[in-house]
Amino acid sequence: MTIALRVIPPVIRTARRPQRMIERSLMVYRRTWIIIVSGFFEPLFYLLSTRVGLGQLVGDVSVNGKVVDYATFVAPALMASSAMNGAVYDSTMNVFDKLKHSKTYDAVLATPMGIGDVTLGEIGWALLRGLLYATTFLVAMVMLGTVHSPWALMAIPACVLIGFAFASCGLAAVTFIRSWADFGWVPTATMPLFLFSATFYPASSYGKWRPLLQISPLYHGVALVRSATTGTADWSILGHATFLLAMAFFGLWVGSKRLNRLLLS
Amino acid sequence: MPSTIDRISASTSRTPSRRAIGRTWHHALHVVEWQLMAFRAVWRSSVLTSFVQPLMYVAGMGLGVGALVNRNASSTSALGGVRYVTYLAPGLLATTAMMVASMECMWPVLAGFKWQRTFHAMVASPLEPADIVLGEAIYVGLRSLLSAAAVAVALTIFPATRSSGLLLAVPFAGLCGLAFGMPIAAYAATRERDSAFPAMQRFVITPLFLFGGAFYPLKQLPVAAQALAKFAPLWHGVELCRAATLHRLQIGTAAVHVAYLLMWIAVGLVATVHSFRKKLLI
Amino acid sequence: MGDQPIVARGLTKLFGDFTAVDGIDFQIERGEAFGFLGPNGAGKSSTMRMIGCVSPRTSGDLSIFGLDPSNDAAAIKARLGVVAQQDNLDEQLTVVENLVIYGRYFDLSRAEAKRRAAELLEFVQLTERSKSQVETLSGGMKRRLTIARSLINQPEVVLLDEPTTGLDPQARHILWDRLYRLKQQGVTLVLTTHYMDEAEQLCDRLVVMDGGRIVAEGSPRSLIDDHSSKDVVELRFEADQNEASAPALHGIGERMEVLPDRLLIYASDGEAALQEAHARGARPQSALVRRSTLEDVFLRLTGRNLVD
Repeated sequence: MTIALRVIPPVIRTARRPQRMIERSLMVYRRTWIIIVSGFFEPLFYLLSTRVGLGQLVGDVSVNGKVVDYATFVAPALMASSAMNGAVYDSTMNVFDKLKHSKTYDAVLATPMGIGDVTLGEIGWALLRGLLYATTFLVAMVMLGTVHSPWALMAIPACVLIGFAFASCGLAAVTFIRSWADFGWVPTATMPLFLFSATFYPASSYGKWRPLLQISPLYHGVALVRSATTGTADWSILGHATFLLAMAFFGLWVGSKRLNRLLLS
Repeated sequence: MPSTIDRISASTSRTPSRRAIGRTWHHALHVVEWQLMAFRAVWRSSVLTSFVQPLMYVAGMGLGVGALVNRNASSTSALGGVRYVTYLAPGLLATTAMMVASMECMWPVLAGFKWQRTFHAMVASPLEPADIVLGEAIYVGLRSLLSAAAVAVALTIFPATRSSGLLLAVPFAGLCGLAFGMPIAAYAATRERDSAFPAMQRFVITPLFLFGGAFYPLKQLPVAAQALAKFAPLWHGVELCRAATLHRLQIGTAAVHVAYLLMWIAVGLVATVHSFRKKLLI
Repeated sequence: MGDQPIVARGLTKLFGDFTAVDGIDFQIERGEAFGFLGPNGAGKSSTMRMIGCVSPRTSGDLSIFGLDPSNDAAAIKARLGVVAQQDNLDEQLTVVENLVIYGRYFDLSRAEAKRRAAELLEFVQLTERSKSQVETLSGGMKRRLTIARSLINQPEVVLLDEPTTGLDPQARHILWDRLYRLKQQGVTLVLTTHYMDEAEQLCDRLVVMDGGRIVAEGSPRSLIDDHSSKDVVELRFEADQNEASAPALHGIGERMEVLPDRLLIYASDGEAALQEAHARGARPQSALVRRSTLEDVFLRLTGRNLVD
């Protein structure tokens, strides 16, 4: 129990009201819900495009020994990627303005709220939104016939885990960002992950580069979601989940420490 | 009721004497100069979008997915008998130019009116709205060309995408960029907030990127979707670039595509001048 | 002790090698309006941030409501109201939402937060703008909203860091009026300012800060009595002639200050001093006799002006 607690950074342990931060986000998006709704379409477009376009050109692919059509193969990867993209957006763009420009967090910290509340609250919001997207995306996958197992439901917690890993690392990263121009670099991190995480073709296609897949956090996410929606899970999912959890806590440590230094100096 | 300034500027631009045209060019070049100065501050991240990202797409989609596509003989024939990466690559010139130009014409244009008020400052000098728009157009055209050229350089890295036709594809992509940039600039200049821009990216630019003929033949889409895709400038740009790099350019078809792109640019320019005037000369 | 909500002894704040606050002592009485007067960079804001529990002190003692900010930040903050120097309203929310969510940060129930929000909007005369986006408010309105927000938890002490900097004269007077009412309700006000008129208007007691140190302490009146004469004669000569005119005026009044744009003579009887100057043949372009202000106190203590 004590060891389990020690994984959690000290300022996070003192958090008492992170839910207030989420309440604030709900208040903001109550008026701009259209932004949230529209965010759902991008992965859906990718899914449709795969189905009508590339799917016809590619044909069938094999996943963990099971042969499936290309859309079934790519759909879970798109689901995982959209969990990553959403979490990165929520924890970087969305946080940066409040951190550097509007000074929202300075105002929050003048109340009984602490750094832990801010950190957990913002990550929590990213996860909540991720949960919403994952659920709707899964529904779309079912309607497009790209789900083949009741285990597909496990794809939702898998996406939340992906969101947790990327949101906390995004939060850590945003504390190093100086200006809006720096956001031009965010795709440098997310795009290679998106393209090279066994997203669009099986890990076997990577040949001698295959071991490199292991360092891509999205690869672990894709593997988790894909084994859920295609119903081909095995013990390897434990390894993938551990990787993402470790990444989440790493981000939590760095992020909360950096925020503490930036806001309470 | 139009102000005096409005009428004067309208008359100079409607009956252009040779001197007036010379002055407009001269003025427009000042605007371009200013834009390029601003561009210097962010050129690094733009190298990223125009060089590194296409490179990754070629490697990731072209080669990786290509290996899966090339297994099927029927697919290769659907692509006109070429390998998938060879088919995909030229499309990236057009899509990149589209994305770069449309970005340049959304936030920066609104910033010029609202946040930095550069356009208001410019119009307080001898520059007139039409000069500013022309300068913007030249700049956006340059940016499109530059980004398409960066993609072209990236494509010379892979033997399967290397082609002398890239030299011709770059200006085609530039036209395609402008054909997006100008109408978008006209729209952006009418906005008070940037709230519509992300929606524009999500519901226009991204779908065109995915369904606009760059990644697979348009024929695979439902008929209605095909018509929509053909209405937008992107498909015409993609077709031109692809014909150029595959050395399959036919003068007649190419002329139609180019004319269609020019029409978008012309309509966009006129509309942009109109909305700039409305904002700047009150 | 119970009647001194804030007590500091040897309070020090270092940022690297830079000493922002240099071992200051002060205590603030319940119900008073206490001011930190000083130019930019004097250490006022750093002191305020330490009191607000958002900046850990480097050394010294600081007791707020008898609690230590490094251990009981949340409990202290629950009883403070803070108006930061830079407006940090939540621009993504409306006027009333700003107050309600702030109340929620203090664990108020939603109904109670709404009730207090309505009451406070009335108090700062913003009821009609309740549904507006914060972005659309004027500078003065934003400031008033920030003050309303700082009151949502019914604080015992309100910290105001340069409350009227950047506001036009009318907006300042409205704000001063609201702050005065708060004081009458028994709220302790702690404010920083580099405006001597603000300090004179609002503060019962103040400390003058310079270079991270406290250089004087007292009520505005006693500070003026102790550190300046009753009257001041301001003489303006032609450009570059202020310095040259000084020797001829030597000995008039108690003290003389030569500034780049004017010459000040401190005297208990200003009119007499002015006549003496004329008698000695001084021909200034303009002459003015006025009462001493905190500005003069500051000039005397530091050799510099408050606002540069």
